[in-house]
Amino acid sequence: MKSLEDISAIRDKMQDEINVRRGAASADGKRHVLVCGGTGCTSSGSQKIIDAFEAEIKKNGIEDKADVVKTGCHGLCALGPIVLVYPEGSFYSMLDVENVPKIVKEHLVNGNVVKELLYNETVVGDEIISLKETPFYKKQHRVALRNCGVINPEVIDEYLAEDGYQALAKVLKEMTPEQVIDTILASGLRGRGGAGFPTGQKWKLARTLVPDADQKYVACNADEGDPGAFMDRSVLEGDPHVVLEAMAIAGYAIGANQGFIYVRAEYPIAIDRLRIAIAQAREYGMLGKNIFGTGFDFDIDLRFGAGAFVCGEETALMTSIEGNRGEPRPRPPFPAVKGLFEKPTVLNNVETYANIPQIILKGADWFAGMGTEKSKGTKVFALGGKIHNTGLVEVPMGTTLREVVEDIGGGIPNGKKFKAAQTGGPSGGCIPVENFDVPIDYDNLIAIGSMMGSGGLIVMDEDNCMVDIAKFFLEFTVDESCGKCTPCRIGTKRMYEMLDDITRGKATLEDLDKLEELCYYIKANSLCGLGQTAPNPVLSTLRYFKDEYIAHVVDKKCPAGVCKHLLNFSIDKEKCIGCGMCAKQCPASAISKTDYVAPGHKLPSMLIDANKCVKCGACMGTCKFKAISKK
Amino acid sequence: MSSKKTTVPFAGTKEQEEALMKVIAENKDQKGALMPIMQQAQDIYGYLPIEVQTMIADGMGISLEKVYGVATFYSQFALNPKGKYQISVCLGTACYVKGSGDVYSKLEEVLNIKGGECTADGKFSLDACRCVGACGLAPVMMINDEVYGRLLPDQIPDILAKY
Repeated sequence: MKSLEDISAIRDKMQDEINVRRGAASADGKRHVLVCGGTGCTSSGSQKIIDAFEAEIKKNGIEDKADVVKTGCHGLCALGPIVLVYPEGSFYSMLDVENVPKIVKEHLVNGNVVKELLYNETVVGDEIISLKETPFYKKQHRVALRNCGVINPEVIDEYLAEDGYQALAKVLKEMTPEQVIDTILASGLRGRGGAGFPTGQKWKLARTLVPDADQKYVACNADEGDPGAFMDRSVLEGDPHVVLEAMAIAGYAIGANQGFIYVRAEYPIAIDRLRIAIAQAREYGMLGKNIFGTGFDFDIDLRFGAGAFVCGEETALMTSIEGNRGEPRPRPPFPAVKGLFEKPTVLNNVETYANIPQIILKGADWFAGMGTEKSKGTKVFALGGKIHNTGLVEVPMGTTLREVVEDIGGGIPNGKKFKAAQTGGPSGGCIPVENFDVPIDYDNLIAIGSMMGSGGLIVMDEDNCMVDIAKFFLEFTVDESCGKCTPCRIGTKRMYEMLDDITRGKATLEDLDKLEELCYYIKANSLCGLGQTAPNPVLSTLRYFKDEYIAHVVDKKCPAGVCKHLLNFSIDKEKCIGCGMCAKQCPASAISKTDYVAPGHKLPSMLIDANKCVKCGACMGTCKFKAISKK
Repeated sequence: MSSKKTTVPFAGTKEQEEALMKVIAENKDQKGALMPIMQQAQDIYGYLPIEVQTMIADGMGISLEKVYGVATFYSQFALNPKGKYQISVCLGTACYVKGSGDVYSKLEEVLNIKGGECTADGKFSLDACRCVGACGLAPVMMINDEVYGRLLPDQIPDILAKY
């Protein structure tokens, strides 16, 4: 058990160490080697890098001059494994185990930064610039991800150094539950899980609607099911204590003493770190009985999802924690009245919780000072798809899509043209280039036919077919529909079939109208958010990319060259040298020799029989002379 | 979410059964215990055949129908055994727009099985998964715990040959 004085003492003792990692001079002359241990970098082999650093440091006998620290995600996942060396702040990217001896010898022993291994954006001419000045980080503002990539998530003292659990102490010792709720209300914080419901309002309802409840619960939605979004995972992996602290604060505010975190079983690293964090928090007395000697009890248990997207919906999540098929329940009653085990429950998303302790410590005004009129604070986006800098970015609400895609994301690779950005996952829509300068916030995204969702932001270029993308999302929804209500179960299946017909050139213009009508029907009549938003990918692509639908339906062509049934492969007889490799690859024996020999070539060119062609594309992949094209 | 009954005969051992009974005894009194118990049962047996579901139902004093209902609802519960090497290809959006669909088709072609199935020799099983979160390496697949990123369909035969 630690008192407030104890944790403040630990904070003061640890703070010098952490400040080194924010660029301050090191008091004991030690360098900190921060190696990312998030899922992205672990997948690219960061554990081997950690082992190599430790072995080399030992070999060179400089254990007293350098510490290796495994941190959470730095955001720039495309460049992993990532290593940062402080106090210089040298950012080494895409490292290989073989690079480690050189960094240890040159940098850690001799004090010379190994320039050729640095992230190239940090080297401008002969100068090395700070990471914060690079295009990827310059416009970012880290609130929810503040500690990710800075502290070791498996050491509670490092979290304490960052004012950890001070917010909990403040609410328990200095504030009434009502004051806590008022602060969150005044901050303007809205739920980061997608719908954007005001968090303070949610807490207020859970506190006041059933005043005589014998039991209430606080739950955390960490079932991040939106494909391509991984900000919640990064918070859990990089800063798990912030979620625990915020849940305890929520417990105090609504009058609950038990919390549940419902986390995806597909996130093994996050689960490990949560387990460690909960054990440490219990040991320090930040969870358990009589926290900080104030008489307030609060504890947290973990529950694991089992791969059902619908369990991200609040009532389905609670049904799942209760040990049932994760089917949503009709609302009302809302969870604030009858939630988990039929008791009043507050459910917030991981990123929402990650903002809470700082709002308590820095005040509602500080938080409300960021963002737009109705969307305060920052938002984390998982930037993916056809973009240079894949990774996690946190920007103030109101940043434009152009800034995110072009400045932070570094634009589209291979000189391709931007076509659309998809936000909100299977519930969201595709945003075309016309809306590039719209400030991103909850309300603007809805106005342009998409939604914030959990913050996945997938960039698509001219090679992506928007009909195919809509079909991809519908395939997902059909698969993940729980089957409880008819509009979603049958409606999404019918939508998928109609889209499939379009990609096969079997649909008519009338079918497009029917498709749109069905979208509105499903939106209006589905039981939960999954069905109500499932038509969004179709509606938004119909709205902004109708010409592509018409090309499929009327011209029987896929302009992006994706929908195989509408493609025709042909060989340019002037380019073909007649090597015959394509004919060997063709599974349908559709390619044969002609008797035409192009000028400058020795062998006759090849020809594809369109009637036999199965449009697999194998020939095109084989041809070294780029003589085969698809249209 | 496969509801197919497996054709592989059940071959649970005494030790496995004892481990399962211990899990049930430790957890059955907590609220919402069914899923945690089923998740641990799957760790013990590798999958949840009807025999294991029956043991869980009997051990917890609930109906088999309830256990089966939960087992078939969640994609993570497997009613069929998995291969020695479990391949999962990410078909999340970030991977999909970078061509993971082609990687998946190539695997089906090379292994001559469909997604959700296991090769006849029990060596490989193939599944699609939603998002492993390694979007920076898209397209991605996992073979057991090993992650392969920035994949091209042509690399598949060489990767499989390593196993």
